[in-house]
Amino acid sequence: MTIVELNGFGKAFTIHHLNKTIPAVNNIQFSMDAGEFIGIIGKSGSGKSTILKSIYRTYLPDAGEIIYQSKQLGRIDLAQATEREMIFLRKNEIGYVSQFLNVMPRTTCRELVQNALLEMGETRETARTEAENALTHFEMDPALWDSYPNTFSGGEKLRLNIAMATVKKPRLLLLDEPTASLDQHSKIKVREMIEKLKQQGTTLVGIFHDIEFMEGLCDKVFDMKTNQMSLAFEGVLHEG
Amino acid sequence: MYEKPILQVKHLQKQFGEGCPHCFDKESVYLEKNYCTVCGTVHAVRDVSFDLYPGEVLGIVGESGSGKSTMLQGLYFDSSMTSGAVYINQSELTGQNVLSLSSQQKRYIRNYIYGMVYQNPVDGLKMKFSSIGNIAEKMIAAGNRNVSNIEKRSKELLENVHIPLRRMKEEPQYFSGGMQQRVQIAKALSNNPPILFLDEVTTGLDLSVQASVLDLIKQIQRELHISMVVVSHDLAVIRMLADRSIVMLNGEVIENGLTDQILEDPQHEYTQQLVYSLL
Ligand SMILES: Nc1ncnc2c1ncn2[C@@H]1O[C@H](COP(=O)(O)OP(=O)(O)OP(=O)(O)O)[C@@H](O)[C@H]1O
Ligand SMILES: Nc1ncnc2c1ncn2[C@@H]1O[C@H](COP(=O)(O)OP(=O)(O)O)[C@@H](O)[C@H]1O
Ligand SMILES: [Mg+2]
Ligand SMILES: [Mg+2]
Ligand SMILES: [Zn+2]
Repeated sequence: MTIVELNGFGKAFTIHHLNKTIPAVNNIQFSMDAGEFIGIIGKSGSGKSTILKSIYRTYLPDAGEIIYQSKQLGRIDLAQATEREMIFLRKNEIGYVSQFLNVMPRTTCRELVQNALLEMGETRETARTEAENALTHFEMDPALWDSYPNTFSGGEKLRLNIAMATVKKPRLLLLDEPTASLDQHSKIKVREMIEKLKQQGTTLVGIFHDIEFMEGLCDKVFDMKTNQMSLAFEGVLHEG
Repeated sequence: MYEKPILQVKHLQKQFGEGCPHCFDKESVYLEKNYCTVCGTVHAVRDVSFDLYPGEVLGIVGESGSGKSTMLQGLYFDSSMTSGAVYINQSELTGQNVLSLSSQQKRYIRNYIYGMVYQNPVDGLKMKFSSIGNIAEKMIAAGNRNVSNIEKRSKELLENVHIPLRRMKEEPQYFSGGMQQRVQIAKALSNNPPILFLDEVTTGLDLSVQASVLDLIKQIQRELHISMVVVSHDLAVIRMLADRSIVMLNGEVIENGLTDQILEDPQHEYTQQLVYSLL
């Protein structure tokens, strides 16, 4: 089953004070099946993040369709969905992880993960146990659970970021260079997490500058050449 | 998912002055921002519309003078609007433009449906009443008569906003700005309002106090599912609190969208200036 399909998708940024329009991507054609793990590679500025952020609607798409097969809302064009529909999908079905952590100040690590579950309507108890499980899985030192993340290291922030997105068991998870700036050990943790999510049936799209690291996990890899997506690999990705 | 808005605001308008043919048109060359250079009218709010959904926080951002407080004061019936309509989705009010209700009915809405936290604590608190007295007054207005209940609830509320109970008999005039805002929040929550208006609640507070007020608001939303309109000129505050926001300029809504979209992909020239100036 196709879960996401971009038809003639395009996005340009208009910067008014410079009187300038930056065409980021144009006429993108792309689809993915439920349960697949798709990798996107390509040089900086080729439009990789623009595509993911447009699916999440952090960027406002300006041409084409982004058809998403929602569990609860049915077939929906994310390029046209209302803000309320997007908020619903973000709470319940679609997750986004980047290397940056944007959270409420003075909220502890544990609370942040719990809140992600509470906003989906989980009970306090479930939220508490699942949050602890997630923090344990990502090897977050229990000494950090009740402290504020503004003092965390880059790797700790990222693991918290991923924990917040994955506890919700999203149907579709968008990963924007989640492993950038991580040490080898943390990267392995991310890989394990992706493996587990894939087993649970989550559809994943990830941008990785070191795609080799995802060896054996990606079903397809697309390369953003000349701001278009072209299939670079299919099946198991081999090193070299 | 497809619930009805709890509050619908339609074409709200407020002008100070009579207006003249030169300022009817929003694009008129005689307008300097919101001020008509011909007749001297200030168009503080021009055609503002939005919906507020149950349990959501809607952010309203805009520069000083863009009409944010004037709009909230109109919604809360502190001042009359020049034109426009406001609908509240509560059975006894269905289909009625609440702006045109009697003053008695408006008082009912203020006592039972709305809560307000003013930009300036002087507008929201009786500075010479005790803190607990301020809360009790609001609860009495909302029909509570049982003194021990009122006291119990007031104490709970003060504890929730982290005002030490040993200070509850003190007058807010002796409190810091952050404490005054927290007493205002406790007061506004005392009648369990389904709709809460917050005007620049964190402005002028130092950063750690700001963070605790933001945290408190977020907690209220999560636990009590109160719908809120949060006004701030500070985009960071809006980013923390609101999933959806609108941007006002010269009394008009110039942009609305998901808050992260407004911040990362602003569409309007003015919003771009506002956002880029932060980066
Ligand atoms: N009573 C009044 N008489 C005349 N003009 C007024 C009156 N009250 C407000 N205004 C004008 O209406 C406009 C909007 O004011 P308002 O207080 O709503 O702004 P604001 O967006 O809340 O600004 P801030 O961020 O500074 O609080 C301003 O131009 C102001 O000077
Ligand atoms: N928020 C934005 N505002 C303006 N231009 C942007 C924005 N985001 C991306 N762009 C531009 O769009 C193009 C694609 O960028 P991006 O999608 O971030 O590339 P990648 O993720 O592949 O490095 C670049 O020219 C970039 O400058
Ligand atoms: Mg990128
Ligand atoms: Mg104001
Ligand atoms: Zn005029």
